[in-house]
Amino acid sequence: MQKIQQYFQSLLLWELVKGLQLTGKYLFKRKITIQYPEEKTPMSPRFRGLHALRRYPNGEERCIACKLCEAVCPAVAITIDSEQREDGTRRTTRYDIDLTKCIFCGFCEESCPVDSIVETHVFEYHGEQRGDLLMNKQKLLANGDKYEKQIAEAREKDSLYR
Amino acid sequence: MPEIRNMTMNFGPQHPAAHGVLRLVLEMDGEIIERADPHIGLLHRATEKLAENKPYNQSIGYMDRLDYVSMMCNEHAYVLAIEKLLGVTPPVRAQYIRVMFDEITRILNHLLWLGSHGLDIGAMTMFLYCFREREDLMDCYEAVSGTRMHATYYRPGGVYRDLPDSMPQYQTSQWKNDNDVAQLNANRQGSLLDYIESFTDRFPTCVDEYETLLTENRIWKQRTVGIGVVTPERAMSLGFTGPMLRGSGIEWDLRKKQPYEVYDQLDFDIPIGVNGDCYDRYLVRMEEFRQSNRIIKQCIDWLRANPGPVILDDHKITPPTREEMKDDMESLIHHFKLFTEGYCIPEGECYSAVEHPKGEFGIYLVSDGANKPYRLKIRAPGFAHLSSMNEMVKGHMLSDVVAVIGTQDIVFGEIDR
Repeated sequence: MQKIQQYFQSLLLWELVKGLQLTGKYLFKRKITIQYPEEKTPMSPRFRGLHALRRYPNGEERCIACKLCEAVCPAVAITIDSEQREDGTRRTTRYDIDLTKCIFCGFCEESCPVDSIVETHVFEYHGEQRGDLLMNKQKLLANGDKYEKQIAEAREKDSLYR
Repeated sequence: MPEIRNMTMNFGPQHPAAHGVLRLVLEMDGEIIERADPHIGLLHRATEKLAENKPYNQSIGYMDRLDYVSMMCNEHAYVLAIEKLLGVTPPVRAQYIRVMFDEITRILNHLLWLGSHGLDIGAMTMFLYCFREREDLMDCYEAVSGTRMHATYYRPGGVYRDLPDSMPQYQTSQWKNDNDVAQLNANRQGSLLDYIESFTDRFPTCVDEYETLLTENRIWKQRTVGIGVVTPERAMSLGFTGPMLRGSGIEWDLRKKQPYEVYDQLDFDIPIGVNGDCYDRYLVRMEEFRQSNRIIKQCIDWLRANPGPVILDDHKITPPTREEMKDDMESLIHHFKLFTEGYCIPEGECYSAVEHPKGEFGIYLVSDGANKPYRLKIRAPGFAHLSSMNEMVKGHMLSDVVAVIGTQDIVFGEIDR
C-alpha cells in the first residue's frame, strides 16, 4: 500500500507541488524588505561605528592624552602625540585613527577614562581618495560635534550595563 | 586518432561556489574527478602569530574573524583556554549567556550553510528564507554586543555586558506607516530575552518550511543522496568532527562527551546519520536546528529567573565598572593596568575545545608567565574536513564537487587562519 502511495506521489510531483505551495504562499504575504537608503533597520545603542572625539559641554575637548586607547588598540590603528598647554593641562597635539586598520572591536571606547573617544552609529561613511579614511583630530572632533546628541543618548541608555 | 588524456582544471579561487578562496586543482577524466588537490593559504592572516604579540584580551576580536560565520563560538574556545590557565570560573549567569549565544551562533552558521549549500546545488529560494531568519539573530548579536558579526563579547571571566532590557525599534518612514511599524515592532516591545523567545517560538515552523522545500524534493535528493560517502571508520581516521562525523553515524559531541559551561545541565539530543552521505549530513544539521532551539529555550527560562553578575569581580582580570573607575583611585589603577599591560597568566599549557557548529574548535595555549601567549595554536575543524576532499570527490562528477564543498561547510577564515 505504501509503495503504491509513494509511486503516485512521485508520479504527480507531490513534493514539488508542496514546495511550490509554500513559495506561492509567500508571494502574497507581507514583504519584509527594507527600502534601505530611505528606511533603516533598528540600531542598538551599543552599536559600534565611525569614531568621534567628544567635548565637554563648555567646549573643552575631553581627551587628556592618556594614550590608553593607543595602548589597547589590537590593530595599532591609533597614534597620539601630546604636549602640555600654556594653562598647564595636558592635551593631544595629534590624534590619528587609521580607519582602514581599525577592526571596530570597541576597546578604545571601553578603555577611555573620560568618555572621549567613542564609536557612533554612523556606518555608511566612505572615502573617495587615498587618505580619506585616515582620521585626524579635526575630523574626529567634527564628528563628535555633529553627532553629540546621538552619542549622549546611546551612552545614557547603556550606562546601566557598563 | 586523437590522444585521450586527462585534463587538469582549476576550480576557484574566485568561483562563487568555492565558498571563499578555495583553489582546487582537479584532474579530470571527462567529467569524472580523478584527483582533487586543494590549495589553501589565500586568506592567511597569521592570527596565531599576531596573538603572540599582544596581551591576551586584545586577541579576542581576532578570534571572531577566524570562522566568520560562527563568531562567538571561536571566542568561546579562546576565553575558555585563558580561564583554564588562570583557574577561574565565570559566574553561572555568564555561562548561560555564553551557552545561549553559542547556540544562536550554531543556528546562524547552519542557516548560512543551508542557504549557500542550497544555492550551490540549485535551490535558490533557500538563500532568501535562511537570510530572513539570520537577520533576526543578527539583531540579537547587535543588541548584546554592538556589532552584527564580529562581536568581541566574551571576556575571560564572563561576558562584557549584561543582556539589554529593551530592543531598538523600527521607525516610521515614507515606506512604512504607523500600522506597519507597529507590526514590525510587535516582538521588540520587551527585553532581548523576550525577543529571542519569540524567535524560538517561531523558528521550528521555519525549519519545517525548509524541510518542505528540500527534504523530499527529488532534485535535492538526486544531488545529495550517495554523494561524498564517508564510512564511520574513515571519518574517524580522517579526523572529522561535528556534523561531518555525526553524519557518518558516530555519536560524538563535545557538549555531551566533555561538557563545558552548563551543557551538562541542559536537555538536548545529538542527531546522527546512517549512510554518511551529503543527504545524511543535511538531515543531521536540520535536526541540530531544532536541538539548538531547545537549548536556547532552556537558557531563556534560566536567565529570566536568575539575574546576577555576568563577569567576575576580580579586578586583576576584569576591568571595574565605569562608575567604580571614575570614583575610586584603586579601580582607576586597575583599569589602567588592565588596558595597558593586561594580566599575566601562570606558566603552563592547556588545550580547550568547544563544539563549534563545524566540529571541534580548539585552542592550544602555551604561557610562559608573560602577559601574552608564548604560543597559540588553533585547531580548526574545517582543515581536517578539507583534507579529505580528494577522498570524498574521487569518482564523482564535477558538479558534485560543489555539493561536497557545501556539505563540508567550509569557511576559509578558519582553514587559513
